[in-house]
Amino acid sequence: MAKTKVLERKPLTPMEKTFLPQIVSGLKTTFGTMMQKDVTLQYPEERPNIPDNYRGVPTLVKDPNGREKCVSCQLCEFVCPPKAIRMTPGGIDAEADPERAHVEKAPKEFDINMLRCIYCGLCQEVCPEEAIFLQDVFSLSGYSREEMINNKEKLYELGGTLPDQHSKWDKKKAAEQSGNAH
Amino acid sequence: MKIESIVENVTINIDGQDVEVPKGINIIEAVKMVGKGKEVPHYCYHPKLSIAGNCRMCMVEMGMPMRDRATGEAVLEEDGTQKIAWMPKPTIGCATNASQGMHIITGSEMVKESRNGVTEFLLINHPLDCPICDQAGECRLQEFSAEHGRGYSRFIEDKNVKPKRSRLGPNVTLDDERCILCSRCVRFSKEVANDDVLGFVDRGTYSTLTCFPGKELSHNYSLNTVDICPVGALTSTDFRFKMRVWFLKRTHSICTESSVGANTEIWSREGKIYRITPRRNDEVNDTWMTDTGRALYKEIESEDRLMHYSIEGVHKASDEVAVAATELLKSGKVAIVGSAHSSVEEQFFYKAIAERSGAKVSLVSHHGDGDGLLQSEDRTPNLRGALVTGLISELPSENLEVLARDINSGAVKTILAVNEDLTELGISKDVLAKAKVIYVGSHANRTSEVANIVLPSLMVFEKDGSFINQSFRIQGFKAAIPGPRGVQSDFMVLEKIAAALAGEKATAITIDSVWERMTATIDQLSDSLRWHSLPEEGVALDATAFLNLGFVETKNLKYDPVAFKEAHAALAEV
Repeated sequence: MAKTKVLERKPLTPMEKTFLPQIVSGLKTTFGTMMQKDVTLQYPEERPNIPDNYRGVPTLVKDPNGREKCVSCQLCEFVCPPKAIRMTPGGIDAEADPERAHVEKAPKEFDINMLRCIYCGLCQEVCPEEAIFLQDVFSLSGYSREEMINNKEKLYELGGTLPDQHSKWDKKKAAEQSGNAH
Repeated sequence: MKIESIVENVTINIDGQDVEVPKGINIIEAVKMVGKGKEVPHYCYHPKLSIAGNCRMCMVEMGMPMRDRATGEAVLEEDGTQKIAWMPKPTIGCATNASQGMHIITGSEMVKESRNGVTEFLLINHPLDCPICDQAGECRLQEFSAEHGRGYSRFIEDKNVKPKRSRLGPNVTLDDERCILCSRCVRFSKEVANDDVLGFVDRGTYSTLTCFPGKELSHNYSLNTVDICPVGALTSTDFRFKMRVWFLKRTHSICTESSVGANTEIWSREGKIYRITPRRNDEVNDTWMTDTGRALYKEIESEDRLMHYSIEGVHKASDEVAVAATELLKSGKVAIVGSAHSSVEEQFFYKAIAERSGAKVSLVSHHGDGDGLLQSEDRTPNLRGALVTGLISELPSENLEVLARDINSGAVKTILAVNEDLTELGISKDVLAKAKVIYVGSHANRTSEVANIVLPSLMVFEKDGSFINQSFRIQGFKAAIPGPRGVQSDFMVLEKIAAALAGEKATAITIDSVWERMTATIDQLSDSLRWHSLPEEGVALDATAFLNLGFVETKNLKYDPVAFKEAHAALAEV
């Protein structure tokens, strides 16, 4: 059994017994800090700066022309570890939307259950169309479970528009219109 | 007598291992026989179609034992083994037939390089649209690109533009940019469907698959071209963009369209069926099935589906309904109108109920035109089942006029009708009103509306069971999706009625305990046979007792009534 070592404590000097030096040194810290700049954030009135690679709430984004990017390939639904993503794929009606007929596919419904989501970012990583991004929204609340399921409309509202580096489908359309060389 | 028994075997050497294979079999099949996951990648070769040899993916190295040209003597290595004369270049496996002493290498540097080259050329003009392509997940090009491809493209020129989203026929949509020109669909239409409508136009990289002018891919086997398409060029208009295949669960089933009993696979996710595809069975349907058979699952979600057990229109529990039905059946003067759509197990119970209530059993025939392939004249899946279980001993007639007379004369007071609308079969509503009706069926009709007791039944996709097809082959099917809430498997409810009629206590039964009883009483089923151990390809039953019945089926893909009779007669003599 380990033995306890008893430390000898020096007796207090008469000055220390008055507690004045301790009070003075404590007040020095108090007044010193009072003059300094604030280090805390007045959340929720003030919001922190979120870095670009932050993994917040997953959202759907549109391309710079305001067009839907998701083609409902369902890879995010497949990769999602907690099975938070649910979608119903569908085709694009060529007659109703001739501009986008060449994209062929778009989600009919797209639900992300935020009670299940673990913010892992795999959906963003797997997306071949760069349509889903975990952006800077980090606090979600709702009064019911249904409210915590983000539907397609809500996801686009949260996502907004992001710049597109590839314009894959525009290139495809241009190629289709110019046709073959022969 | 099976053909395999007269085929001569040869020994060939695959990757240093000697294997016995039937003589003349091609190298792709021979390598498959070696097993161990060994495969020669291929696109254009299909076991049920002619050899085209145009994709060049199945390259292997081939060599034959060397012989001296002048003397014909074997040329030996220093160690005394026969020298192998290797071909200087690789050869295609699909068109190379196995012969004695042949040597094959499937994984050499030369082979790998040629596969890599083929893959690179196939991908030159292939669009990068896997995210919107329905074939993704079951695409041979996708699989082989990952396995044998380079991983990046060296092609910087513009890709070819070809017609996209073109309608080939009522069921098939074509994306020509994805096509790799394997010609499987062309050969299928010509050789199997006997409707030569597809072909290639233009040359070189501009080659394009298209329908001949003024024609369309409209035969009843068009969706098979979608199945055999190794890429996403031919897609099913019905299944297009519905669901990715990797989410779907596959269940083995049997097509109920006709007495052919085509083997099928049901693709479902969370209780919803998305598509039905054929499953290979060389004795029944090869690898094909009809388009109409694929659409049958849509009836599951039909509005008029029966969902509740009911007595006089009031919803009841299944036990109460079984008691009420038993009371009715006990009162005598019963007639049963059975169904050739019921499974063998259900027919076995109807037989028991008929015996115990002294009922007269009649069935109704459903005939249509046969197409000589996989749609036979008899449009019921299990007429032979009714014969084998003893439910009927003669072929059914087209209508129920005899029964109508019996009702009018008062000889029949209670009718147990299974899946048939009696009002369409010669029994008018007024006549039907004179008898008590118990209706068992999956969908509502005019008979179920007037029936005193209604027992909802499950569809073939929702229950386990078996059918006996045109050539007396018993084949099992499994439940792919759950049935409507609260609806039990038919035989469980029938057991309650049948046991009560015999004054016994009903037991909780499983399909295998039904089979125990069935195999004990039915001669054609051997005693050790069980539903769970039914082989995938089914079991051919002894049909000798039924050969003299005049079945309506004429010659089709795998069944020839004359040859079938002769083969059975010959067997009986032996």
